[in-house]
Amino acid sequence: MRSVIFKAGARAVAPLLVLVSALLVVRGHNEPGGGFVGGLLCASAFALVALAEGVGAARRLLRIEPLRLVGIGLLVALGSAIPAAIAGFAPFTGLWVSLQLWDKASPVKLGTPLVFDLGVYLTVVGIALAMIFTLEESDDDAPAGL
Amino acid sequence: MTLLLACSIAILFAIGGYLLMRRSIVRVVFGLVLLSHGANLLIFTSANLVPLRPPIARAGAPAPEPPFADPLPSALILTAIVIGFGVLSFTLVLVRRAARELRVDDVEELCSERPR
Amino acid sequence: MTAMLPILVPLLAAALALALPGDRAPRLVLLATALFLPLVALLVMVRVHESGAIVVHVGGWAAPFGIAIVADRFASIMVMLAAIVGAATVLFSSGEAPDPRTDRARSTLILALLAAAAGAFLAGDLFNLYVWFELLLVSSFGLAVLEGRGNQLAGGIVYVVLSLLSSTLFLVGAGLCYGAVGTLNLADLGVRLAELGNPRLATVLASPLLIAFAIKAAVVPFVAWLPAAYPPLSSAIGALFAGLLTKVGVYAIIRTSTIAFVQEPEVIGFAILTAAGATMALGVLAAVSQAEIRRILSFHIASQIGYMLMGTGLALVIVATTPSESVRAELATIALGGAILYILHHIIVKTNLFLVAGLIERRRGTTELKALGGLAQSDPAIAAIFLISALSLAGLPVFSGFWAKLVLVRAGLDAGAWIVTGIALATGLLTLLSMMKIWVEAFWREPVAAAPPPREPGPGWRPMLAASGALAAIALAIGLGARPAWWLARGAAEDMLARDAAAARVLEGGPETPTGERREPRAPDPEEPRR
Repeated sequence: MRSVIFKAGARAVAPLLVLVSALLVVRGHNEPGGGFVGGLLCASAFALVALAEGVGAARRLLRIEPLRLVGIGLLVALGSAIPAAIAGFAPFTGLWVSLQLWDKASPVKLGTPLVFDLGVYLTVVGIALAMIFTLEESDDDAPAGL
Repeated sequence: MTLLLACSIAILFAIGGYLLMRRSIVRVVFGLVLLSHGANLLIFTSANLVPLRPPIARAGAPAPEPPFADPLPSALILTAIVIGFGVLSFTLVLVRRAARELRVDDVEELCSERPR
Repeated sequence: MTAMLPILVPLLAAALALALPGDRAPRLVLLATALFLPLVALLVMVRVHESGAIVVHVGGWAAPFGIAIVADRFASIMVMLAAIVGAATVLFSSGEAPDPRTDRARSTLILALLAAAAGAFLAGDLFNLYVWFELLLVSSFGLAVLEGRGNQLAGGIVYVVLSLLSSTLFLVGAGLCYGAVGTLNLADLGVRLAELGNPRLATVLASPLLIAFAIKAAVVPFVAWLPAAYPPLSSAIGALFAGLLTKVGVYAIIRTSTIAFVQEPEVIGFAILTAAGATMALGVLAAVSQAEIRRILSFHIASQIGYMLMGTGLALVIVATTPSESVRAELATIALGGAILYILHHIIVKTNLFLVAGLIERRRGTTELKALGGLAQSDPAIAAIFLISALSLAGLPVFSGFWAKLVLVRAGLDAGAWIVTGIALATGLLTLLSMMKIWVEAFWREPVAAAPPPREPGPGWRPMLAASGALAAIALAIGLGARPAWWLARGAAEDMLARDAAAARVLEGGPETPTGERREPRAPDPEEPRR
């Protein structure tokens, strides 16, 4: 898998995939998409780089240990329970704010489900990459744990 | 539609059950994969399968008349698939490591050699 | 919100253990959380006893459609027990030398396991229960093979394959239930199945689920994985598993057979009683023939599971066969209360026996009976802790197991179930025999000539001894103060058997939402923007 075309293609496609994955998260509440799908797509971008240039390059590109990303994602997702709990509703009840930014007619709605989706996104990216990187590397020596 | 799905589930369960009884560990794992697919299809079949009647209402419109397809089983299956995917990938890594370190791919040997 | 804390706190800690930098952070997070959890469980317990069962509708969605978290008295007891087991085993393992390669994964997995156990105890619907079961399995798989020794891998594979089979059966059962009555909420299932008016169908629907739970609970004939998977584990992890994993299966059996599948209690009750008798007898016979402490203890887990099932089965049979209503309620409460008291005592005692095996291994480097001896002289503290736990397990008077067995035997005699009661008494005797075998060979007799010399306990000995001693003290307290323990168990059983009230609490009174109106199922949600 060290062909020049594949390498160059991966470099060009990977950022696009990350961008599309972010779009999927944002529109996911009402339309097809969401944190899980977005996370998988984003992970596939890094997996592409790992295939084209090796796991080391993909790890450097990610900059953060995948398992730590899982932890951060879980923290974000669990954090989305807090606003509802403080306001006196059942945990994870969706709370929304409407922001009138550029178009007065259609305000931007932001809410805790989006935060939860972001957490899911990070968690999925982390878990998927942890698995992919581990399996790619494990041909010589299987590291302990997942 | 339901009959077709029921037949596929039966075939999946039959092959899965057969593989589960084999001595080779890899086949046992394949059997588990097929069984879990069968279980997922079974949940899908419980979703009141009526073609062309999605459970979607426009804003302000009344809820659609039954019968309509039930979306909940799809959500359940999605969860089950994700969980099953994670557990199975773990199982495969485990079997691979066992094959390398213990040099066995046989259920009988695996269970009889203890205590090592 | 309170009812969700036992799930959220360890989950949050697991996230922190993964996210925080530094090599020592996961260990510290684990220790702090595990020691804090009993307080959280106590809070839930007090709240539940003050104001009755707490129902949380997660996300503000009403009960049969949203996810309901239900904390009744039984669930709160189980959450407390899980927290105590977690605290003791984590404290114990803080005395073991850390392995920097696996420390972060290990801490995270233990925390995830604790969260999953609490989740399974608090789950109000089948699918939620399934998700927590899977998290429990995945984290226990990870812990079981983390150290990667040969026999761990072999035992791990047996465990994984049987667990996956059980998960598949669970899914099949859940799917069939949803197909039949269109709900997965346990309380709602009971109501809908009654409306269906086909008792035999309800029992058929129950069978894949009950078999799935029986695999997890290591009930005969699905016991094979347990003695393969447990003995090779390191002592703290083994104790955690021994205390929690199978009991989650037992809990699920009790929960589903008392609230969801109640149409034919005599059929399900008879099946459970049969399995209980076989599990008690075969488990203890296998245990008597073993010669290594952890293997003996592992087989005893199976035989003890039989007692818990016996109480459950008796309660169901009594409900089905006793004509007089007031007598029926009283007898069934005693039988189910006996099962719950048994779980309460067993989790504490069994965890501690595995910890004692760990202490012995630390001192002598082995747990083979033929290489041990003289521990009563060299380590009187370990001997005392072992004696308290072993006599409790065997059920000698004054110790905790005695009261649990007394209640169960009385319930058995009341129900006229002579065979299973006879088996229970004989199993008690054999348990005593096998505990005395450990006592005589490891503690009482002179050390064998070829035995390795006692090792210095080394650093970390104190927390290990403290964890084990605390559990022994709790076991002793349950034995001496049997009245409060029985009051707890009996109250929990009353909650479970007052089924209609329990179902009503879950299904009525929906959650408050930000718009102030109750969310009716299937109605378009006013908060969601649509186009």
